[in-house]
Amino acid sequence: MSVLVLADHDNASLKPATLNAIAAAAKLGPVHVLVAGHGCDGAAAAAAQAPDVAKVLKADAAPYAHPLAENVAPLVAGLARGYGHVLAAATTVGKNIMPRVAALLDVQQISDVLQIDAADTFVRPIYAGNALATVRSGDAIKVITIRGTAFPAAAATGGSAPIETVGDAGDAGLSSFLRSELSKSERPELTAARIVVSGGRGMANGENFKTYLEPLADKLGAAVGASRAAVDAGFVPNDYQVGQTGKVVAPDLYLAVGISGAIQHLAGMKDSKVIVAINKDEEAPIFQVADFGLVGDLFKLVPELTAALPPRK
Amino acid sequence: MKILVGVKRVIDYNVKVRVKADGTGVETANVKMSMNPFDEIGVEEAVRLKEKGIATEIVAVSMGPAAAQETIRTALAMGADRGILVQTDAELQPLAVAKLFKALVAKESPQLVILGKQAIDDDCNQTGQMLAALLGWAQGTFASKVAPADGRLEVTREVDGGLETLSIALPAVVTTDLRLNEPRYASLPNIMKAKKKPIETLTPDALGVDPAPRLVTLKVAEPAKRLAGVKVKDVAELVDKLKNEAKVI
Ligand SMILES: Cc1cc2nc3c(=O)[nH]c(=O)nc-3n(C[C@H](O)[C@H](O)[C@H](O)COP(=O)(O)OP(=O)(O)OC[C@H]3O[C@@H](n4cnc5c(N)ncnc54)[C@H](O)[C@@H]3O)c2cc1C
Ligand SMILES: Nc1ncnc2c1ncn2[C@@H]1O[C@H](COP(=O)(O)O)[C@@H](O)[C@H]1O
Repeated sequence: MSVLVLADHDNASLKPATLNAIAAAAKLGPVHVLVAGHGCDGAAAAAAQAPDVAKVLKADAAPYAHPLAENVAPLVAGLARGYGHVLAAATTVGKNIMPRVAALLDVQQISDVLQIDAADTFVRPIYAGNALATVRSGDAIKVITIRGTAFPAAAATGGSAPIETVGDAGDAGLSSFLRSELSKSERPELTAARIVVSGGRGMANGENFKTYLEPLADKLGAAVGASRAAVDAGFVPNDYQVGQTGKVVAPDLYLAVGISGAIQHLAGMKDSKVIVAINKDEEAPIFQVADFGLVGDLFKLVPELTAALPPRK
Repeated sequence: MKILVGVKRVIDYNVKVRVKADGTGVETANVKMSMNPFDEIGVEEAVRLKEKGIATEIVAVSMGPAAAQETIRTALAMGADRGILVQTDAELQPLAVAKLFKALVAKESPQLVILGKQAIDDDCNQTGQMLAALLGWAQGTFASKVAPADGRLEVTREVDGGLETLSIALPAVVTTDLRLNEPRYASLPNIMKAKKKPIETLTPDALGVDPAPRLVTLKVAEPAKRLAGVKVKDVAELVDKLKNEAKVI
């Protein structure tokens, strides 16, 4: 049976995590991707180019201009009846819409899947990733969000799947989009970056993120992240938060600067390939997960590190 | 408006959770339990709406074993008016919790239900969205700001790219994110007063809901441990390790 993937996109292109969801779906069966948007030819064309995709379903209508759960969920639920599995990446869009789909279908969603053991058996993290549960679903349609870092992205180009237009389910009339304040950055996207440099409460203020961390990130071509404490204190915007209740990242290199290493933070980064910690407290728990720990004052060490790094290729 | 607030009893966020040796779950005996942190934020938001004269009554709801009464008492001490315990020792998964909330909504007719964005034990992040679906209501999830305006709600949401603001119709379900507010501590006089506030006890049966789990947990395991790393003496050694040993720069 085919698998339906709900694309996360901005109408023009796919969000990178959609390719991780496609990779997970491909383990379960032929993949159909639903692009629900408005003026979303760009995103639909991008989905059609992924070689793992057998068919793209395009629902192009005004109620889908923004991914409002009240409008998108009935569309997905309506299409879902022809599929064994419905997947989305566990992005804020997937997390917002998929449980609504699951409830409309009277099924229990499986959140944040890390591993697919069988068509009905999945591994997912609980308790901030301190335990991994293997669960089996008896529901006829499996509604799943997947953790992007657990499934390497599917190839983005080389395919040419057909694009089929599907009708729209209309406007539920319950919600409307007013405005957004999106962080603008020239840097790689946090969850897709090869290197992430994160700052915590030890950064002391937002200005220091600019003075100390950004030059380091520039030199490494890295994304910038943060702990909850740094976000709550207003040093950086909410979308920088890495952790149990923020973003999950697993880059090749993660540098934690002035971060103590609370379990909620570790939940979002401990699957990184190499972890470096800079902290003045040699007892900080972050050193228990760090491959390389540097004890000392970040305001001295970060500029030194930035200067010592080879120029960016 | 009347507000229903979900308050789940969970293992305290400071506890280092341990997986049981037999792989059936995590150790819960003699472990500190607390209100789910996102639900504290939910109670606080409801109390603030009442202090502003927008909310008229706050009903704190917990579902689970008899001990969940304590969690309701905490909500009452923060300012909720009364409590409902849906008592069961059975495992409750989000779809069942949403169905139970739906039955309570039919009984209580609130204008707003506030739940946490995620319970820090199951980390599901589902119940609010499911409840909104079952009721056919609007949902304002991962809220960092909630403002009533013209008979609707303006909800600012924490999304991957930053923030987005929606206007949603009432009645609605809102789920809280960390930046919505900072929950208050209950004062001693309020803790005393809370002891006299009423708590009604119901059962899934009485609410006409079959809460049987849909997912069977086959196994709970510890994640692979990271190998202990090393402390480097200076920046030069760090750069050398990253370049020549780890080969990541
Ligand atoms: C429900 C819930 C959800 C949560 N979700 C998340 C989440 O998703 N992500 C997250 O990160 N947290 C989360 N938290 C918060 C978490 O528990 C910690 O409070 C938080 O991660 C601490 O951030 P921090 O390490 O920056 O601050 P702190 O713990 O205060 O640590 C600051 C560190 O900086 C060091 N330092 C200070 N000055 C210097 C200096 N000059 N040079 C070098 N080092 C210095 C200190 O030694 C210290 O180790 C959550 C908490 C709860 C209750
Ligand atoms: N047993 C419960 N009792 C009360 N509220 C609950 C219960 N389970 C879930 N909730 C609510 O639903 C939110 C999200 O839970 P979850 O979908 O399990 O992550 C929690 O923050 C609570 O507000």
